[in-house]
Amino acid sequence: MKQQKIGSWIAIIIGTLYFVVPLIGTFEFSLRMRRGEYSFDAYRVVFADPRFQATFGYSTLMALLTIAVGVLIVVPTSYWIQLRLPKLRPLVEFITLMPLVIPAIVIVFGYLRLYNTSSILPLTGSAHSTDLLLVFSYVALALPYMYRAVDTGMRAIDVRVLTEAAENLGARWPTILFRVILPNVRAAILSGAFLTFATVIGEFTMASLLNRPAFGPYLQLIGANRAYEPAALAVIAFLVTWACMGLINVVGHGKQIKAAP
Amino acid sequence: MAQEGQALSQASAPPARTVQLGQNAWAWIGVSPFFIFALMFLILPTLYLVIGAFQDAQGNFTLVNVAQLFTQASIRSAYWISIKISVASAVIGGLFGFALAYAAVIGGLPQWLRPTLMTFSGVASQFAGVPLAFAFLATLGRTGLVTTLLVMLFDFNIYSTGFNLLSFWGLTLTYLYFQIPLMILIITPALDGLRREWREASEILGASYWQYWRYVALPILWPAIVGTTLLLFANSFGAIATAYALTGSSLNIVTILLYAQIRGDVLHDQNLGYALALGMIVITGLSNGAYIWLRARSDRWQR
Repeated sequence: MKQQKIGSWIAIIIGTLYFVVPLIGTFEFSLRMRRGEYSFDAYRVVFADPRFQATFGYSTLMALLTIAVGVLIVVPTSYWIQLRLPKLRPLVEFITLMPLVIPAIVIVFGYLRLYNTSSILPLTGSAHSTDLLLVFSYVALALPYMYRAVDTGMRAIDVRVLTEAAENLGARWPTILFRVILPNVRAAILSGAFLTFATVIGEFTMASLLNRPAFGPYLQLIGANRAYEPAALAVIAFLVTWACMGLINVVGHGKQIKAAP
Repeated sequence: MAQEGQALSQASAPPARTVQLGQNAWAWIGVSPFFIFALMFLILPTLYLVIGAFQDAQGNFTLVNVAQLFTQASIRSAYWISIKISVASAVIGGLFGFALAYAAVIGGLPQWLRPTLMTFSGVASQFAGVPLAFAFLATLGRTGLVTTLLVMLFDFNIYSTGFNLLSFWGLTLTYLYFQIPLMILIITPALDGLRREWREASEILGASYWQYWRYVALPILWPAIVGTTLLLFANSFGAIATAYALTGSSLNIVTILLYAQIRGDVLHDQNLGYALALGMIVITGLSNGAYIWLRARSDRWQR
């Protein structure tokens, strides 16, 4: 037993070193911009860069649209599967796993061929329709996380009883879905939303190949051309990811006990 | 992820009691956006590439493209490097992730370590892509913190040993930053599933700790361990952003080759590009399929 404890401590210490040292290294590097002393110059330069503001704003907007479209697609599906179409569940679950199986770069390759300017549906024809395609590609990318989060929330409430109660009180389907079910799975939707945000905000492959001015390609560009700004950007990106995960814990806290099987 | 197995088992939920024609119509309308979306943005684009892989430039059926995946040296080496990096990062990440999860769940460490580890794993498993490459460049690059500290303190330059961050081991080391946390997140529920009664029963029967692991715990855990390692393999096989930001196009892995093909038809053959994508789908599909199958096996012990 004693040996086992020592072994555990060794594993944890090596793990902590591996995970914490790069964070310290990145932070230290980001402070080195001014010669001879530590300063936040790299951060100042990054925040003052109009391209940083533009691309971060663009990616935030895309992330919000992705969350909205994702919720509109996933919530009704999960609800009806639970209530009336349980036979479709294996099929739906298989589809939601597809984005984990097919690499993102392959999916976007398919889009570029299927929706190019000479096709029936030329989505890559204009900037706005390409934005739309980017949002759909992000919905696909986030589908496994969004579906799992919402579906877990949907299982934790009694969809049938809530629906029948609302029906007896004379509510129609849209009312039931948006004013009865949706508020009850709000925590699940929010955790799916934050996970989606964390996935989408710095996404590189889709945005780069669809040629949209998103944060991911901007990061790559800065990485290829600058010395200290990339480290500052990495610290910022890490904080954004941390914030998203922290918010998931906050919104998920009340529901977690109920969601456990 | 942990819900998959349960989900499948609950697939046959009780059927609707009041099946009225109008209500089921609503249900079908309700799920139709999902299926239209899946068709347009997942199934058809994939199908387009798969079909294209078996066609020549004129649209006739051919197996030449697929055969070229094995005969063209640059393509074969790209797949080979990708597979090597994915195997290395999956196996090392799997072993080390398991060790950490084991330490936190069974290792007898302070209680607060476990939630800390889980929360951090949630963050680190999402911290991939371009920023991850920056973090490792700032740490282990030629002027990175660890590199300079080692030179200052021990007069030891890791780059003089032949180490290079922009290489096979450099990329593997970087990938571990999201592989290990993913292993921890998926394997912890499996470790929780080991019942104390099994351990006690084997102790009462006189088994040593080693025997308990060899004959009880590992036979139950191996599908989860192997399955998750396969998931890690697919995870790094399809990754591109970190590698691209770290090495530019100097490391010839298959995702970077495909990226260049999509950008500028570097293979000078559109259909060969589709075959390249098909090869990736087959590899990630097989490893994910095996993961799902093994997952279902390991979930039998979790109830």
